[in-house]
Formats: sequence, structure tokens, C-alpha cells
Amino acid sequence: MSLKKRKNADRIFYVMLVLAIIFTLFILVLLFSDIFKKGLSHLNLDFFNSFSSRFPNKSGIRAALLGSLWTVILSVLIATVLGIGTAIYLEEYAPKNKFTSILKVNISNLAGIPSVIYGILGLSIFVRYLNFGRTIISGSLTLALLILPTIIVSSQEALKTVPKEMKEGSYALGATKWQTIKKIVLPYSFPGILTGMILGVSRAFGESAPLVVIGGAASIWFQPKGIFDEFTTLPLQIFNWAARPQAEFQNIAAAGIIVLLVLVVIINLTAILLRNRYQDRM
Amino acid sequence: MKLNLNKEKIIENTLFVMNLISILITISIFIILFSESIMFFKKTPLLTFLTGTSWTPLFKPQNFGVLPLVLGTFTIVIFSSFISIPIGLLSAIYISEYASRKVRSIVKPIIEILGGIPSIVYGYFALNMITPIIRNIIPNVSIYNALSAAIAVGIMTIPMVMSLSEDAMKAVPKSLRENAYALGLTKFEVVIGVVIPAAFSGIVASFILAISRAIGETMIVALAAGSTPKFTLNPFESIQTMTGFIVQITQGDVVEGSIESQSLYAVAMLLFLITLGMNLFSKYIVDKYREEY
Repeated sequence: MSLKKRKNADRIFYVMLVLAIIFTLFILVLLFSDIFKKGLSHLNLDFFNSFSSRFPNKSGIRAALLGSLWTVILSVLIATVLGIGTAIYLEEYAPKNKFTSILKVNISNLAGIPSVIYGILGLSIFVRYLNFGRTIISGSLTLALLILPTIIVSSQEALKTVPKEMKEGSYALGATKWQTIKKIVLPYSFPGILTGMILGVSRAFGESAPLVVIGGAASIWFQPKGIFDEFTTLPLQIFNWAARPQAEFQNIAAAGIIVLLVLVVIINLTAILLRNRYQDRM
Repeated sequence: MKLNLNKEKIIENTLFVMNLISILITISIFIILFSESIMFFKKTPLLTFLTGTSWTPLFKPQNFGVLPLVLGTFTIVIFSSFISIPIGLLSAIYISEYASRKVRSIVKPIIEILGGIPSIVYGYFALNMITPIIRNIIPNVSIYNALSAAIAVGIMTIPMVMSLSEDAMKAVPKSLRENAYALGLTKFEVVIGVVIPAAFSGIVASFILAISRAIGETMIVALAAGSTPKFTLNPFESIQTMTGFIVQITQGDVVEGSIESQSLYAVAMLLFLITLGMNLFSKYIVDKYREEY
């Protein structure tokens, strides 16, 4: 091939790459502008203060926001305690044997299971077998199982970054294993663990498929007061509205999406910035 | 001091028990899906389920041939891959090989934001933006159609392909590239001839994971693809996927223990086994073809 042809191929390839990036950015702009155009006019104080209604103009996200708050906080608390514990065991205690490698393979497989399957698990165990019903506690436990692998894996990554010298220095001073973990390992890996937690928050907040399966999609006209109340969440409420044929409800759904998107983007940006800031160390 | 050592032991055991929970999740999923599916297969032979071409569990005469749902899922996978794989790979090449540090630090987080958007938003986008565009171009397409959902699923999985492929390309040592430049190759030739082959296993793994994600995607197809199981790969028709059926049946008033309810578990089992197989396959590819530098 002549040098000219080779240089042309080089240029064409570069144009394709730039087009691919532009395509993706264009979609992002299209998505945001369409949703803001449709939803922004519905976004007022009443929208935050009203429950869902048969009439689109009177519909709001009060129950959905409170439901999201309950389920996200509970599920992230449960998953964080379990996730950090699991990660500490795997990184600091686990002997190198067959069982440990089964544990590790199992966790990466859990991360790949479709979320709707977790919904079926939640429906069978929490809603029916333990008889919690279609309540906040069932929803939170289901979401906790769903985000558990994310939190375990990112905590493991964070724990791996702790320099061996720091741990050995602690042992040399006579500290026990747990004292070393508590005073040296956890503080050092805290930013990484926090990043994982934030990603868990974002995932639990936006996830809807498992909650649809356990049956949280019905309209709720009261605000939840405890973990055994029925609930809806922001994504569920949006699904409920978007599935209706009337155009007005599509616009209400767009208003709900604006709230969801703004919160999710803020949460994810926090995680990305936190990660970039501490990446050099990792 | 003895008390202190007891405490150490208690902590280690507690942490070990926490580990068992993740194993317990997997076991529970297996037990639940298997036990309910067995009830289903007592009434419907496995062969009929796997080879039947009509899926009508909610009206008489009931047929339980799962192929229409499987083809529905396949349609979504095929057409979403047409978007996620080329766009994701090209974006990864740009970010890893071409972008300056500054451009990279802006573009990468933006695309990652695209990956963090909840799938329900993409479902809305499919229904309210992609579908009208498709119907403008080809007027007689139904409101609910596989293509619209597939495009949305494709867009959603671009960031996944991008970031995993980019990781793989970043791991290729600089010396390999410089050797190729020293031989007088253009940048394009270095990317195609050196970087992509060296990062191949990671790139293929990213494709498989994106496909696995498309198979399990639920809210987009529930909103935009319709709820009419059809034995077709035609993207312009209203279809139903395996996940779409799971949502439909759990939304309705299906009696627990009925064959309709048990069919849900049989479909979920199939979905679970397919995605498990894909994930194990991607791990196998990475382990087997990994180039160590």
C-alpha cells in the first residue's frame, strides 16, 4: 500500500473515532433536553408535596421520594455492613484454599445476575416465606442483596491499596490483627470504601426491576412511617406513569425523571471525583 | 489479655459468617428457581418448553413454548450490539490512544454518567424519543417495537464496553506501541495491528458482558418493546422478552402456585442459566487468552 493510502486510512479512522464520541455525547444531550423540555413545567412545590393521582396535574412524588429514601438508606446500611465485613475477611483473614476461591468466584458471579432475578429471590424469601409482605423491609433487603457484590468488590479493591509496610509496622508495635484493621487498614482505605458505598446508593436509588417484581408498583397515597409499610419509589412511580397511554402522564413522568436524574448525576459525580482524587494512591 | 484474644477470634468468625451470606444468596436462587420450575415441568414437559413456538400462558388454550420469549431477547441482544459494540469500542480507542489528558478527563466522566443513568430513564427515552423517530422514518411500525428498545439498550451498554475495553488497552505496555512506531507504522496501523490484538481478551470480555447485560435488561423492554410474545426476529414488531414476561406476570393478579406463576420461575431459571453461562464464558476468555506483560 502506498504511503498516501496509509495516511488516508489513518485519517478516516480518526474521523470515525471522533464521530463515535460525538454520537454518544449527542445522545446524552438529546436525552437530557427532551426530558427537561417535557417535564420542567410540571416541576413545582406541589409536585414534591402531592401523592400520585388519577389526574396528572395533581400528581406528585411525595410518597415516592420518601419511599426511595427509606429503601436506599436501609439497603445501603445493610449491604455496607455485610460488604465491608466480607471484604475484610477475604483480604485479611481468608486462607488461600479452595473454599476461598469458591467464595471469590461466587461474588463475581453474583454481580452478573440480572436484577430481575434478585426480585424473584426477594419475592420468594422476604415477601412470601418470611411473610414481610410487599413492604419497605422486603424492598430494602432485596436491594441490599443486589448491591452487595458492588460494595464487596470495591471494598476489596480499597483494602488492597493499603501498603504492607503500614500493616507490618502496626504488628511490630504489638497490635493485634483486629487493632491493625481498625486503626490502620480501615482509615487508609476509607475513601475507596466510601466510593463503593456511593455507587451502591446510586444503584439502589435508580433500580426498579426487582421492586416491580416484589410488587411495589401500586400507587401509594400515604407517606410511609415504618419498615412494615407498603411503599413506592421514584423509579417505580416513573414506571407507573410512563406505562400509561395519556400524553399528560408522560410529561409527569418526565418531571419525575428530572428529579431522579439530578440526584443520580450528583451522586455519581461525587463518586467519580472521589475516585479520581485518590486514584494516584491506588 | 486472654479476653482480647477471644475478641479477635469472635471478630474473625463473625466476618466469616458474613461471607457465607453471599454463598447463601446463590444457593437460595438455585433452590427457589429449581423447586418451582420442577413443579412447572411436571405439567409441561421440558422438551415442549424448550422447543415450543407459542407462548400464551395468560389465555386459553395455554401454550408454554418458550422460544418466542427467547427470540424476543435475541432480537434485543442483536440490535443493541450493533450500537454498543462499535460505538463503545471506537470510543475506547479514542480515549485510550488518541485523547489528550485534558480531553480524556472531561469526556470519560461524561460517558460514565451515561452509564449511571437508571434504565427506567432509557425506557422512557425509547418510548418518547426513539419510537417517534422510527415511526417518522417507517410509518407502519407499531408503537411498541423491539428496535426502539434495542437501540435504548445499546446506548445504555456503550459505557460498559467503553470502560472495560479501555482498561484492557491501557494495560498494553507502551514499549509494544513504540516498537511498532519505530517500524514506521501509522497510528491506525498500530491500533489495529498491535493494541487491539494485545488487548483482545479484555475487549471480547467487554462485549460478552454487554450482551449479558442486554439479556437481563428489564425496564426498557417492559416499557418499549411490547408484551406480545412472537416467534420472530423482526425488530419492527411488538415482542416480549424473558424479562418482559417476568414483569408482566408479577404485575398481574396471578395466583401463587398456579401454572402461570410457576411458568415465571421456569423462564427465570432459563434467564439465570443463560446469563450465568455468559459470565463464566467471559471469565474463561479473559483467563485463557490473557497476555501477561
